[in-house]
Amino acid sequence: MMSAIAVSQRAVEDDIPLSMRGPAPASVVAGFGFWLFLLSDIILFAAFFAAYAVLSGETAGGPSGLSLFHKQRVFIETLFLLFSSVTCGFGSLAVQRGNRPRTCLWMIATLLLGGVFLALELTEFSGIVATGAGPSRSAFLSAFFALVGAHGAHVTFGLAWLVVMLLQLGTFGFEPMVRRRFVCFALFWHALDIVWVGVFTIVYLGAR
Amino acid sequence: MSNSAPQGRSPGKATHGAADNARSYVIGLAFALVLTCASFWASASSLIYGPAVPVLLAVLAIAQMGVHLVFFLHLSSAPDQSNNFLALAFGLFVSALVVFGSLLIMANLNHNMMPMDRLLELQR
Amino acid sequence: MIGKLSWSAIPLDQPIPIIAAGVVALAILAVLVLATLRGWWPYLWREWITSVDHKRIGSMYMILALVMLIRGFSDAIMMRTQLALAAGGAEGYLPPEHYNQIFSAHGAIMIFFVAMPFVVGLMNFVVPLQLGIRDVAFPVLNSVSFWLTAAGVLLINVSLVVGEFARTGWLAYPPLSELAYSPGVGVDYYLWSLQISGVGTLLSGINLTTTILKLRAPGMSYARMPIFCWTALASNLLIVAAFPILTATFAMLLLDRYCGFHFFTNELGGNAMMYINLIWLWGHPEVYILILPAFGIFSEVVATFAGKPLFSYRSMVVATMAICVLSFMVWLHHFFTMGAGANVNGFFGVMTMIIAVPTGVKVFNWLFTLYGGRIRFTSPVYWAIGFMVTFVIGGMTGVLLAVPPADFVLHNSLFLVAHFHNTIIGGVVFGVMAGYMYWFPKAFGFVLNECLGKMIFWCWFIGFYLAFMPLYALGLMGATRRMQHYDNPAWQPFMIVALCGAVLILLGIILTALQLVISVRQRRRNADLTGDPWNGRTLEWSMPSPPPPWNFSELPLVTGRDAFWAMKQARSGHSAHSDASPPRIVTSGLVRVPRNTPVGFFIAFFAVVAGFALIWHIWPMAALGLTGIVTAVIRQAWSDDREMLVSHDEIVAASQRAMRRLPS
Repeated sequence: MMSAIAVSQRAVEDDIPLSMRGPAPASVVAGFGFWLFLLSDIILFAAFFAAYAVLSGETAGGPSGLSLFHKQRVFIETLFLLFSSVTCGFGSLAVQRGNRPRTCLWMIATLLLGGVFLALELTEFSGIVATGAGPSRSAFLSAFFALVGAHGAHVTFGLAWLVVMLLQLGTFGFEPMVRRRFVCFALFWHALDIVWVGVFTIVYLGAR
Repeated sequence: MSNSAPQGRSPGKATHGAADNARSYVIGLAFALVLTCASFWASASSLIYGPAVPVLLAVLAIAQMGVHLVFFLHLSSAPDQSNNFLALAFGLFVSALVVFGSLLIMANLNHNMMPMDRLLELQR
Repeated sequence: MIGKLSWSAIPLDQPIPIIAAGVVALAILAVLVLATLRGWWPYLWREWITSVDHKRIGSMYMILALVMLIRGFSDAIMMRTQLALAAGGAEGYLPPEHYNQIFSAHGAIMIFFVAMPFVVGLMNFVVPLQLGIRDVAFPVLNSVSFWLTAAGVLLINVSLVVGEFARTGWLAYPPLSELAYSPGVGVDYYLWSLQISGVGTLLSGINLTTTILKLRAPGMSYARMPIFCWTALASNLLIVAAFPILTATFAMLLLDRYCGFHFFTNELGGNAMMYINLIWLWGHPEVYILILPAFGIFSEVVATFAGKPLFSYRSMVVATMAICVLSFMVWLHHFFTMGAGANVNGFFGVMTMIIAVPTGVKVFNWLFTLYGGRIRFTSPVYWAIGFMVTFVIGGMTGVLLAVPPADFVLHNSLFLVAHFHNTIIGGVVFGVMAGYMYWFPKAFGFVLNECLGKMIFWCWFIGFYLAFMPLYALGLMGATRRMQHYDNPAWQPFMIVALCGAVLILLGIILTALQLVISVRQRRRNADLTGDPWNGRTLEWSMPSPPPPWNFSELPLVTGRDAFWAMKQARSGHSAHSDASPPRIVTSGLVRVPRNTPVGFFIAFFAVVAGFALIWHIWPMAALGLTGIVTAVIRQAWSDDREMLVSHDEIVAASQRAMRRLPS
C-alpha cells in the first residue's frame, strides 16, 4: 500500500487543493475503491432490474406476482434488513472506537437479523416453487428469482464475510487492515439495503 | 481520524463527533421506518388515487435511498467527498439508462412487432 | 462422475484443430522444457508469476495479447483463404460448422484477449509512472486481474482441443446460443471463459480508476495530469460502469442454459431481443474502452515527437470525458434493424453522429500539435499519422452507418465488417503498436530496431487497406458477414485482394516477432542509458530504464503540466535537448514495496478448474474449484505481512547502477 512521503509534509495545510496533496492514505484508497466496486454492483442489479421490468408481464399463462407474493411477510423481511443495517452502523462506530465487546455485540446482532431475513426469503422461495411456480415456469418467474435471488446471494455472501471479519478481529484485533475491511463491509451491507428498497418497491409493491 | 481529511474522505466515514454519529443512525432509522410503512400502506390502501400510486411509491423509494445514503453512508456534497459523489452520480446515470433505456426500447420493439398469435399464424 | 466429458470430445476426425493443437502443444512443451533445463523456474516464479509490480503485470498482459494475436490472426487467415476459394458453387476447405466456430473465436479472441489485454497492459505499465507514484492502488488485486484474464485465455484455448467452440458469432445471440439450438459445450466455453476474465477486467478498472483519482504525486492536480492518464481514467470509468452489464447478461444466459430459466428463450415468455439490448449496452462502451487509451497514446506520441506541448489540453480533456459519457447513449445503433420505431432509431442515429464531434476535436488537436513542430519521424509517429488517416476513414463510414435507412441496407454486410476493422485496426491496433514501440525502452532498457519498426508499420498499413477496402465494396454489392461461401463469382477478385492484404499483415506480425529477437540481440548497442531516449515530456522518462521496482524513491513535486519537461528546463536553464540525469538519491523517507504473492495465480488456477468443470457438468470438480478460490482468498486475508521496507542501501545501489550506464 502507498505510504506518505516526506515531500508531502505540507499536505495537511488546508490552502493546498485536495487534488494536489499527493497520494491519499490507505483507508481512503480502500474505501473509495470499494465504493467503486459497489457502484459496479448497483449497475449489475440495474441490469437484472431492467430484465425484470421488461419481462414482468410475461407470465406465459402461469401465476403472476400478485397471486404469489405476501406483502406482510415482505414488510417483516424489510424491517429485519433495515434493523440489521442500523446495528451494522452501530457496529461501525464501535470499530472506529476500538471497542471489541461492542463491536461483537452489534455485529452479531447484524448477523442474526440478516440471517432471519435470509431465512424468511428462503421460505418464501420454497413456498413459491412448491406451488409449481419455479423459475423455469415463465420468463416473469425467471426474472423474479434471478433478481431477488441475486440480492439474496449478496446477503448470504455478506453474512459469510461478516463471520470471517469477526474471526479476523479475533486474530488481529483492530489493526488498520481490519478497520478498513469493516468499513468496506459496512458499505456493502448498507448498499444491500438500498438495493432492497428498490426490490420491495418494484417487485413486491409493484406486482400486478 | 483527522477532521480535514487530506485527500478526501472514504465513503462511510463521518467526521462528526461520536454522539452525532449514533444520532445519525437513529434518525436515519426513524425516517426509513416512516417511509417503508408509508410505501406498504400506499400500495394497500384505497385512499390514494390509483394511477398516482406508482409515482408515490417511486418517490418514497428514492427518498428512502437518499436517507440511507445520507444517514447511514454519510454521503454529502462536501468538497472532500466530491469524488464519492461524482462516482455515485455516474453510477446512477448509467443505472437509470440501463433500466429506463431498456424499458423504452423493449416497449418500442414490442409495439412495432406483430402480435404473437398472428405471427404464429403466418408461419403455419 | 465426469459429467458430459468423454474421449469423443477430442476432435480426432478434424485435421485442422488437431494439427493446430499439436503445434501449440509442442511450442508450450518446448518452452517448459527450456525453462526447466535453464533453471528459470525460481526466477520466473519469484519475479513474474507472483509479482504484484504494475510494470511486470503490464508486460505480462502485453505478452499474453501478442500470443493470442497469433491465434486470432490464424483464424483470420483461415477465413480469408476460405472466402478466396469458395466462390460460385465451390465449397472451400472449411465446412460450415467449423467456419462458424472460427469466426466466433476470431471475434471473441481479438476483442477480449488481444485488444483488451494490450490496452490494459499499457495502462497498467504507464499510468503509475506518469502519475509519479510507486504502484497502483491495489497491487495484489492487479495480479488477480491479470491471472483471471489468463484463465479465460486458457479456457478458450482448451476449447480447440477438448470439445468445440460456440458457433454463434462473437456475441452469442440467443435463441441460437440457448440450449435448444446449441446443446453442445461451445457456448458454455465462451460464457465461462468470458465471465472469468470479465471479473478480472472489472477489478482492473476499479484499480486504475482509484489510482488515478486518489494516488497522484504531490502537486499533480487533475489539470496537470498527462493526457494519457485522462484517457485511461475515462476508459476505466467505462469499464467499471459497463462490465457489470456484461456479467449480468451472461449470467442470465447461463441461468437459461444451466437452470432452465427463460430470459431469452423462444418459449414461455422469453425475449431474445432483451439480450441484444443488454449486450450492446455493454458492447458500445467496450469499443470506447479500447479506443480512448489509444487516443491517449497518440496524444503523448505526437506531443513528444513534435517537441511541443499538446495543443489545447483542456479541450482534449473535455472531449475525452464527453466521449466517455456519450458512449453510453448510442447503443441502439447496433440493432437499428431489430424493429424499433423511426423515433427511437432516429434518436440513436443522431446521438451516434454527435459522438463523432469530440473525436473530431481530438483529431484537429493532434494536427495542430504537429503543425509548427520540429517533427522527428520515428516509428511511433508513423503509427500516429497512419492512425489519423485510417481512423478518420473508419469514423466516417461509422457516421454513414449511423443513418438508420443506410444501416438497413448495410447492417451485417461486409461494409459493417470493414467499418469496425477500420476503426479497431486503424485506432486500437495502431495505437497499441505505437505505444509498444514508444514505451518498450522504458520497460526493457533498450530501443527496438527502428528500421524494422517502420517496415512493420508499412506491412500493417498497406496490408490493412488491401484487406479491408475491398470489403467496403463487397458490402455495398450485397455480400454479408459470416458467410462460408457465396454464389456470385464477381466477388472473388475482391476476396483474393483481401487475402493478399491479410498475408501482408501476417508478414507484419512475423516482422514484429523478428524485431523483438533482433532487438534483444542488439540490446547493448541500442541500450537506453539515460532513461529518456525520446526527449520525453512526462514523468516516466525521468526514471532509469527499466525503473527499479519502487519507481520513484522520492515522489516528485509536480508544479505544472508536462512535469518532466519542466524539470529538464529548470535543470538546464534553457529549453530543448535531452539533459536527463539519473534520479536523485533519496535522503529521507521510507520506501515500502508490496510483497509478491501467489494468490492471483492460485485463484486463477482454481477458476480454470471450476470453469472447465462447469462447462462439462462435472459438479464435484466445480465445487472443488470454488472451494479452492474461497480458500485462496481467505488465506490471503490472513496474511498481514504485506509490505517490505526497501533499505536505503538498495536504493542508493540502484541509482548508482543507473548512473554508471550513462555515457561518460
